[in-house]
Amino acid sequence: MSDIETKEIKLTGVSGSPGICIGKAYLVDKEGVKVIEKYFISKKELSSEIKRFKSAAKKAKDELRKIIEDSSDKLGDHINILKTHLVLHEDKMLYGKAIDTIKKDHVNAEWALKKVVSEAKVMFQSISDPYIKGRATDIEHVYDRIMKSLIGRKEEDIGNIDKRVILVAHNLSPADTSQIQLERIMGFVTDRGGKTSHTAIIARTLDIPSVLGLDNATGIIKTDDIIIVDGIEGVIIIHPEDETILHYEDLKARYEEHQAVITRESHAPAETKDGIRLNIMGNIELPEEIVSVRDYGGDGIGLYRTEFLYLSRSNFPREDELFEQYKEVVELMSPSPVTIRTLDINGDKEVAYASENDEANPALGLRAIRFCLKRQEVFKTQLRAILRASAFGNVRIMFPMISGVEEVLEAKKILSDVSQALDKEGILYKKDIEIGIMIEVPSAVVMADALADVSDFFSIGTNDLVQYLLAIDRGNKQVAYLYHPLHPAVIRMIKFLVDVAKSKGIKVFMCGEMAGDPYNMPLLLGLGLDELSMNPQSIPAVKKIVKSIKVKESIKFVDEVIAESSTTKIHEMMQNKYGELFSKIKSGI
Amino acid sequence: MNELGIHARSAACIANLAKNALENVWVIKEGERADAASIIDVLSLACVQGTEILLQVDDISDINILNEISELIEAGFGE
Repeated sequence: MSDIETKEIKLTGVSGSPGICIGKAYLVDKEGVKVIEKYFISKKELSSEIKRFKSAAKKAKDELRKIIEDSSDKLGDHINILKTHLVLHEDKMLYGKAIDTIKKDHVNAEWALKKVVSEAKVMFQSISDPYIKGRATDIEHVYDRIMKSLIGRKEEDIGNIDKRVILVAHNLSPADTSQIQLERIMGFVTDRGGKTSHTAIIARTLDIPSVLGLDNATGIIKTDDIIIVDGIEGVIIIHPEDETILHYEDLKARYEEHQAVITRESHAPAETKDGIRLNIMGNIELPEEIVSVRDYGGDGIGLYRTEFLYLSRSNFPREDELFEQYKEVVELMSPSPVTIRTLDINGDKEVAYASENDEANPALGLRAIRFCLKRQEVFKTQLRAILRASAFGNVRIMFPMISGVEEVLEAKKILSDVSQALDKEGILYKKDIEIGIMIEVPSAVVMADALADVSDFFSIGTNDLVQYLLAIDRGNKQVAYLYHPLHPAVIRMIKFLVDVAKSKGIKVFMCGEMAGDPYNMPLLLGLGLDELSMNPQSIPAVKKIVKSIKVKESIKFVDEVIAESSTTKIHEMMQNKYGELFSKIKSGI
Repeated sequence: MNELGIHARSAACIANLAKNALENVWVIKEGERADAASIIDVLSLACVQGTEILLQVDDISDINILNEISELIEAGFGE
């Protein structure tokens, strides 16, 4: 082994979740997580790209032919299926169309194949005949085979990781993370992603450290390398020297002890120094996470994301399946409220079988409530499941991505149709269920007065609101530096919204990342939010800081901040006024 | 049509024959036509048992292929 290989290397990225872990790396290949990259092919290179595709397809076919030859005749039906696959390999609609796509769109073979196959799958799924519908899987098998041969390496199955490792990947999609046996993972390290990416959310949920946005971690780290993930500072260390390991072992122990202390204190309600009680809720995605909400002293569920059951599968879940899961959450949390957000898919969480071809701007596309209003049968199934679960506790319903009054009225109309159907069937549900909307689209803020007339509460989803307000793709590293929840426009917008809501007598909650950052508490308390919801792990630190603030002071502070027009100045003001408090909270780390 | 209509294996048999044609061979159902050489296209017609289909060739010299396909379908794909 040469010196270069064992030399300690330090890389700086973005902290996705706090904590420290030391362990062996497990590198997941790009194709292992099925991330297909798109790149353009110049005119000159087109013919060689087509050749590459043809030879990959041929190789895949030859391999399959060999499998068929080697199989015994007893497997009759199975052989027939494989023989069908063999013919599918050269199907015009697949093989021919992929080549056409490379030529026409000037894209790489992988992307062309992916595009053609997803179109074919959508077509099959739209056919009502269940047999033909099922043929989509045949196409998928053929696709997998050609893709593997195109990429040229063996496919990793992240579902099969069988040791405690630190997962190193280029990027992890929600579908990927849902395949991992999460109890085996000590930490995440990725090239892409930022603080608000799905990977970061999952890491915080699992209470494991993660460092994201490292650009080229996958190019430097090899499987079984010893690495240290410092999620507090957002750095990783590869091949650490003994001294470094000792230092981090010590840091890790101190951090964990500190966490234990504030967690113990977290079970008391969050009351400010001048006696104002603020509800601190947890965001969850899986029923298992209720345990952490309870352990960390949460007052309820402020955001229950319901996409999980729709991910990594080939069709929509059935009503009973949804109902069982919602019921479990609602029953376990009762009498505390559980705020169920209806389906928010095809934004950053793409569901293959629900996507209508490729959208150029998924964040501005057919997602969330727009998708639900278009695919009403899917929406109704979910609403029925939610209503049935509401009989078992304290449910609130929340519609995501509302941009105007019509959407709320239409969604409520569907909800009332579903309620009437349940009445007819004699099925019980909570009659006075609270129905709120997510405030994520700037137009909803402008229309707040009208929306307040048709909603029982507002819940600000800051991740999307900031993204849409500032026109910044938070997943894009080139512009991520502009993503500031403390941008004066964001603060003014929240102030406007809360003022309108107060005058209309409805409550305003916040459930985005902004609500879980202890640093924002003086501001949020001063703005007058009624409830904050966050990843369960953030609850103790947030409660601790809330207990040391006077609302009267922070209202005055907000008035000063509102007059300010620069983000940097606002940060300075926060530091000047509350810096000492922040460092006290952080001390021990 | 055999019991399942034109299913994947049958479509594969049709495609195998149609591939040898000089020009396109079409399977037509209620005015919608599919390229007989493509399993995916033929399946997308969703032909169930009892569906009436038309076969069409663009080049008359492919008539033998058309006949072979038609025999195959009438024989219920040898099942």
